[in-house]
Amino acid sequence: MPDTKDVIDHLLGTVPGLTADGLRSRRPVTRENAQKSWDALFAPGDTSQVTLAERFAVAAFVAAVHDDQTIAGFYTDKLDGVENGSALRSTVEALGELAATKGPYGQYPDGPLTPENQEGPTLVIPEADRAVLGDRLSAALRHAHLLVFHPRDANPAALQQLLSSGWSTTGVVTLSQLVSFLAFQIRVVAGLKVLAAA
Amino acid sequence: MTDTIIETAVTNPPVAFTREKIGWTAWLKPLPEAEFTERHYEALVDKARAQSSYFALLVRDPNILEARTKTDNDIFYNTKDGLPRAERELAATAASRLNGCILCASVHSRFASQYSKREDDVQKLLDEGVSADLGERWNAIVAASVALSATPPAFGADHVKALRNAGLSDEEISDVIHGAAFFNWANRLMLSIGEPTPAA
Repeated sequence: MPDTKDVIDHLLGTVPGLTADGLRSRRPVTRENAQKSWDALFAPGDTSQVTLAERFAVAAFVAAVHDDQTIAGFYTDKLDGVENGSALRSTVEALGELAATKGPYGQYPDGPLTPENQEGPTLVIPEADRAVLGDRLSAALRHAHLLVFHPRDANPAALQQLLSSGWSTTGVVTLSQLVSFLAFQIRVVAGLKVLAAA
Repeated sequence: MTDTIIETAVTNPPVAFTREKIGWTAWLKPLPEAEFTERHYEALVDKARAQSSYFALLVRDPNILEARTKTDNDIFYNTKDGLPRAERELAATAASRLNGCILCASVHSRFASQYSKREDDVQKLLDEGVSADLGERWNAIVAASVALSATPPAFGADHVKALRNAGLSDEEISDVIHGAAFFNWANRLMLSIGEPTPAA
């Protein structure tokens, strides 16, 4: 069961009456389904394809590479609270710092967009960290980095790496939704904070 | 049993941003319709989406697909107040143009054109990219959407000021934020589990 009533409100630090709260309350369906999305990903009924520790480890990493300390802290605390989570904390935090860069970059298919190609890093996880994370989570963090910073570089080989590391097709769907949802959640929080303060 | 990817060999793939109708093919196996339960149909929200390989793949995790779809529909279709539909679609197109989602940009640039009747400006955004000059109001919406789509997000008080100067209320600015933020979800899914195919 989720232990936070509305996660975006929590991350906004919303107090009823403040502007961001007013802006969210006029779109109750969006608010309700953003929370249902969070529940589906982070308080799932079925963890057979993706464990809770994997979900929160990826989330802590994704928030950290977005350079959002509040949201990263929220997910890191959640990671600490789940089975097998606390052992991953320091490694995920260190990788989040190592991997932070600026996006989006990436390649386009050969053609008129080629001049817009932009080089950028691919995450390389040090051997010692891979030993802590294991194959599955190492592959998941590499994929999360791809989706966060250079999604247009995605290709079937990236999915094959996940499958070869023990992910199922359904697990990849959930992982992809989780990283992509966070890209939304982090931006709603960032955007509304700026708007409320401006 | 280990799952496998689908080997695609798309001939003549779309290589530029376009408002034409293009297709999409999955790199992972969609759920065969014979295996659909009532829960899967419910999660599609619109049952006709069972015919789409994109949604038939995403339906493998029905709970997140259903919540995602209802979030999407409210952000874009709930236009009884707030930002006009055309400008929500403009925010979606700008995010998709920045992230490089040719398929997403094609769908939402068509909507932006249809609702705004500003085909030339929408095409300019696709052709020239996110720095295209589209007039004060659209420039402010595109710049805000692009800044919010950067990682880390670079949306700041100056963007809010430009949007307010262009006549947007805070409610409408919130709609820009949600439209652009949602496409950072949509682009990453669409780009990473399959690829665009040429117009049929």
